Amino acid sequence: MSAPEILPPALPATDRAPLTKKALTADHPTWCPGCGDFAVLHCYYRALEKLNYPHEKIVTMAGIGCSSRFPYFVNTHGGHYIHGRSLPFSAGVSLGRDDLHVFVFGGDGDGFSIGGNHLDHVARKNPRLTYVIMDNFVYGLTKKQTSPTSPIGFKTKTDPTGAFDQPINPMRKLVDSGATFIARSHATQVNHMTEMIMRAAQHDGFSVIEILSECVEFYPGAFDTSVPRKGGTFGLIQEKKNDGTPEDATRHDTTDEVAAYRLASEPWPGLFGVFLDKKRPTKNQLEANLIAKARERTKGASDLQLLQSTFAKLR
Amino acid sequence: MVSPNPAENNGGTALPAAEARALNDVVIRLAGNSQDGIQTIGGFLARLAGRSDQDVMTYMTIPSTISGGPSIFQVRMGTGDILSSGDQADFLVAFYQHSYENHLSSLRPGGVLLYDADHVKPNPDDKRFTAVAAPITSGTVEAVGGSSKDKGKNLYVLGLIARVFNLDVAKLSGLIKERFGGKTEDIVRNAMLAFDAGYAWPADNLRDCFYRFNPPTRTSTRPQVTLDGNSAMTYGLIAAGVRYGSGYPITPWSSIMEMLRSELPKYGGLFVQAEDELGAVSYALGFSYSGHLAITGSSGPGLSLKMEALGWAVMSEMPLIVINVQRGGPSTGMPTNVEQSDLLQALYGSHGDAPRVVLAPRDVEDCFYIAIEAARIARAYSTPVIILTDQALSSRIEAFDEPDLAGLMVDPAPDLSARPADFKPYPLDRITRHAPPGSRVGSGVYPTVTGLEHDELGHPTGSPQLHTKMTAKRREKLKALAATLPAAEAFGDPEGDVLLVGWGSTFGPVREALNRIRNSGTKAAQLHLRHLNPLPPGLEDVFRRYRQIIVVEINDEGLYGYGQLATLLRARYANPAIRSLTKTDGLTYKVSEIVNGVTHLSARNGVPA
Ligand SMILES: Cc1ncc(C[n+]2csc(CCOP(=O)(O)OP(=O)(O)O)c2C)c(N)n1
Ligand code: SF4
Ligand SMILES: [Mg+2]
Repeated sequence: MSAPEILPPALPATDRAPLTKKALTADHPTWCPGCGDFAVLHCYYRALEKLNYPHEKIVTMAGIGCSSRFPYFVNTHGGHYIHGRSLPFSAGVSLGRDDLHVFVFGGDGDGFSIGGNHLDHVARKNPRLTYVIMDNFVYGLTKKQTSPTSPIGFKTKTDPTGAFDQPINPMRKLVDSGATFIARSHATQVNHMTEMIMRAAQHDGFSVIEILSECVEFYPGAFDTSVPRKGGTFGLIQEKKNDGTPEDATRHDTTDEVAAYRLASEPWPGLFGVFLDKKRPTKNQLEANLIAKARERTKGASDLQLLQSTFAKLR
Repeated sequence: MVSPNPAENNGGTALPAAEARALNDVVIRLAGNSQDGIQTIGGFLARLAGRSDQDVMTYMTIPSTISGGPSIFQVRMGTGDILSSGDQADFLVAFYQHSYENHLSSLRPGGVLLYDADHVKPNPDDKRFTAVAAPITSGTVEAVGGSSKDKGKNLYVLGLIARVFNLDVAKLSGLIKERFGGKTEDIVRNAMLAFDAGYAWPADNLRDCFYRFNPPTRTSTRPQVTLDGNSAMTYGLIAAGVRYGSGYPITPWSSIMEMLRSELPKYGGLFVQAEDELGAVSYALGFSYSGHLAITGSSGPGLSLKMEALGWAVMSEMPLIVINVQRGGPSTGMPTNVEQSDLLQALYGSHGDAPRVVLAPRDVEDCFYIAIEAARIARAYSTPVIILTDQALSSRIEAFDEPDLAGLMVDPAPDLSARPADFKPYPLDRITRHAPPGSRVGSGVYPTVTGLEHDELGHPTGSPQLHTKMTAKRREKLKALAATLPAAEAFGDPEGDVLLVGWGSTFGPVREALNRIRNSGTKAAQLHLRHLNPLPPGLEDVFRRYRQIIVVEINDEGLYGYGQLATLLRARYANPAIRSLTKTDGLTYKVSEIVNGVTHLSARNGVPA
């Protein structure tokens, strides 16, 4: 499958002015100067401008961490929840209100450690929402403890001699969790990030992006090996174009989980782009089907009539 | 068939009244194994009583082992106000030797022991009871025949009971057919065969023990409904317009989530089985934030897990209903026993100053109404509300007047109207009313809901003044709620020696104990608290009128000799007359335990009782 062209979707049929970065800007970010998260915020604004959803229908949620301060810097409906649990909260928002566009932001500790189990289970339920993990390989807010993505040997306040617990492989974890859209990007690649956020937002289901976002304070240089300016390589996934050319045979099929898992196992710094983009019924849809079926059986009875008939059976 | 007198069983011909002793109420305890369908007989009896305009209350123990194991069901039916399931049984049905041995002590002297002659050998020298042998197993096998073995024993016993208590056979057969009607014809037929055989068994040695209930004294014109506490709570939530929820399985909470999972879609809502209780409370808060007041719930261990998110609900001022079906604790504790030991957790369980509303239903009927009240409070005060029910209420079946649903139903539509330009999520001079996503805000500035201390617009703040003011805002709204609650009122003597104070499921036994205490000449009254946080106004005045205030609860007396509510009331009212009656055996209070406890405390304190 070829990467769909990024076109701004049709303006909603209203007289409202297009959504601008100015309208989306809230408090000035409190991040350290140079923190990778600034670029993620910038790309979120850009993506929202292009997506041009009705302003009041956008929800920006987060857990706890430096990266999770996000909602304060975005002028949309949103919330700052508790550490690690923002996904089930946001899935509740999405399931409660299918008309909304729900975006969730957080860090590697928030998403992979304290929230790891929620990530697995929300992903397999496939609610319609977009989750952006700003992975800096360290606990930023609490000032440099080991994170589940800290590489072996990295010295932190909780591993002064160097981390030795096996770190997780985020992409493999995500493929295994049953997420239906999985991408990886880099905070130094503004265009790529914006494209990934837009594709994730337009995916019908649970979409997740890991963005390598440097913590200049506690893990400077963590991602230099994938920054061309610093002599690294930013290797892109070549997605299948289905154009019948011989080269296409070697390109990545984003509907193939096994291939995605194989890509996820590439040696550090790995590849960037879309690992998986699959269709599977969303929980929003499946729950709506359940409601439709139940309603069909109750033949348009009002809530009052339904409860009355239940009580009549208890006489 | 063993029926010696088939003509009599067909129409359920009643015995001549002269032969039957009149009864006001009777306690029947059925003791067997869980797979014998004992709950089914109990359920039939309870529903029959409800349909016959009689009062009814049941009590059951479910074995905590995975399958099988001893199980009992106790049903008390009668024509007056039935307040407790009865201290002692008038009638014991023993299916096995172990049932006989373990439960004979629950039978009052002079009561009737009905036992399965195929399994039980009673002590022939025990003359305290009328022992009646019935071939429960072989009679059932013979009546039903075929491959069903002794399946149907429960209906055989139901037939026997119907005969002994002169119950309405037409109504009972109707209930049996309703219950098994959805299944194959064979099943209904076998059930009726077993029932008829039991009814027809010539319980000759029972000739002088036939009973007949006095006519009912109920005056209500509404039909009675018969259901358990968890069902009543579930339907109360639905009436209250609650359409979204999330939970994780745990006994004895699970049946609420199971019912909501299948009921809510009919009403256009949904219930999510989450990965754990932290996930469940988070889904529920997400629903609430999205504009749909939501419910989550659990028992002991699950409540402990929800506490951090509950603190967020307090801080962000998010409406939420949390049900705690209390069981024995701490830790995994006693999953199928009752305890009222989560009160202080409900009030203070999260870190920080996190005031929230705590309510407790007093009986099965109240489970329905308290759910409606909880939803009203959660919406009006934008606050989490905890409902403390318990294991005893969860499975107890009672009959009560069918609620007037037309007058009670609440419209669940979220308020997505546009908010004015001066909208603030956390105004200091008003109670918070959130603008759910999807609602436009006139100023173009959208609110952030947050667990950080914040200013009126939801921006994080470290300001000492703001933390002081916002803490007061969260406290004062509960004080505003308190001012709207009906003043506390005692039932009984307007002043006197003893005031019995209780909360939750002990209401009935305490009321019965009060009646006994007053009958013995002591001036006494009962005050039952449904609102535990905030407490209703007027308690001080009531307390002043009694020499002793005895707080009755099912929890431990703690290091300082006072149960959890007693501790709270002593701290609040600093009244030294407040004393504590507690127990920790995991069982509901017997009326006699309360009466004896009061006598004992009174003697110790030199107060007549
Ligand atoms: C229940 C709980 N435990 C611990 C914390 C403290 N805490 C806040 S953020 C954080 C980790 C942040 O790391 P990460 O999620 O990677 O975000 P970053 O700051 O690196 O962006 C921790 C441990 C908390 N807020 N709540
Ligand atoms: S500590 Fe690190 S992650 Fe946090 S703001 Fe500073 S640079 Fe960013
Ligand atoms: Mg981090």
